Amino acid sequence: MNIDLSFYSWELIRSYVLSGFIFSIQLTVIATVGGIFFGTLLALMRLSGKPFLAVPAAAYVNLMRSIPLVMVILWFFLLMPTILGRPIGAEASAIITFVAFEAAFFCEIMRSGIQSISRGQVHAGQAMGMTYSQNMRLIILPQAFRNMIPVLLTQTIILFQDTSLVYAIGAYDMLKGFEVAGKNFGRPIETYLAAAVIYFLICFSLSKLVRVLQQRVAIIR
Amino acid sequence: MSWNWEVFCKSTLEEDFSPVCFGTGGEITYLDWMLSAWGWTMSVSALGLVVAMVLGVLMGTLRTLPPDTLLTRCLATLGNAWVELFRNIPVLVQVFLWYHVLPAFFPVMKGFSSFILVSLALGFFTSSRIAEQVRAGIGALPRGQRFAAMAMGLTTVQSYRYVILPMALRIVIPPLTSESMNIIKNSSVAFAVSVTELTLFAMQAQEETSRGIEIYLGVTALYAISALTVNRVMALIESKTRVPGFIAAPSSGGH
Repeated sequence: MNIDLSFYSWELIRSYVLSGFIFSIQLTVIATVGGIFFGTLLALMRLSGKPFLAVPAAAYVNLMRSIPLVMVILWFFLLMPTILGRPIGAEASAIITFVAFEAAFFCEIMRSGIQSISRGQVHAGQAMGMTYSQNMRLIILPQAFRNMIPVLLTQTIILFQDTSLVYAIGAYDMLKGFEVAGKNFGRPIETYLAAAVIYFLICFSLSKLVRVLQQRVAIIR
Repeated sequence: MSWNWEVFCKSTLEEDFSPVCFGTGGEITYLDWMLSAWGWTMSVSALGLVVAMVLGVLMGTLRTLPPDTLLTRCLATLGNAWVELFRNIPVLVQVFLWYHVLPAFFPVMKGFSSFILVSLALGFFTSSRIAEQVRAGIGALPRGQRFAAMAMGLTTVQSYRYVILPMALRIVIPPLTSESMNIIKNSSVAFAVSVTELTLFAMQAQEETSRGIEIYLGVTALYAISALTVNRVMALIESKTRVPGFIAAPSSGGH
């Protein structure tokens, strides 16, 4: 068995991998931002104390957390054309799926973040005459968010790894790019290895970064 | 739209329906196929979990070794490197590595079935997460336990065997419960190397029958049932292995 890396060229990377890499990054960023937004809404619903908000939110979160992501991707790919009334591509379907799926996970993170804020902060806000939304927006969420930054980023790294699962519906992400290159050049071993190395380098350096950040953002209490 | 649950009674070979929903005389229905796929999902998960537990406990323990000698320092580094390696590569990529890349380096693996390779991939991937939990569990023990073992004259191996691990492994049962449920969910990546487990069944049956919603609902329900069963079994193990008065049940509120 010998490894031949000579067929790698900038041309190959650009024509096969680059667009997939960009899609992986796009998917990660959109799913993180969208997931945190909807996840925070879900967390507020779960903590609202009103059953007609809390029960559906909890049901949604528990459902998403108990199904494999691949099945969720397949479900959305099956249902989206019916719901929207027209076919959508695998890439668009993947983006919607990831936002919906990650919202459930970010919800649990934001919920524990909000619960980690001491009751005194809530009461102080109320004593200042703030409404519920002012209190949340100005006092609680900024602190909850800051406390949870390391956990949110760790979830984002997991999310980036999970984007490779769009393979199930044939969306063209980084892994797919390497796979297609490997098939076209008859060199699957080298391309799978390269994919593993690149995923590892990205995730490893990001997780090191999170560890540094963790010490920086900790609120002194 | 209308439901058509009869799809599960349909034969996978011909356009006819079995009255009992199970195939007879060598024919199999979609229900038969789904149940066999469930068996594959559970087998992959079970084998993967055994591999993950053994390697995870071993690596997690190595990471907590006291840095007294060169050997223990090397072993702790090995444990740390192990966790970083298997945690930072997506599980699907790891499955491809086991399936396409490793057999090229180790010819003996060419004889392994994809079932074995996927189980190993899942096991190694999950072992890094279990190692993390085990390390945290050992770290959560009061340091006095380790010192007491040393004062009794136990060697490092003995103090792990008789003092530290028996307590630490009980602490990590709740996180291991969620890892066991995760491995069932993660076993769905086996579709990528043609192990006919639930996800691949869902994809193929959906294509063949065009009754995707019914098929997916059935598969999703089986995943949920599996996860719930594992949850209950682990809760049983947790209550059976509890040391009275030491680690309180979460519901009793500690003491």
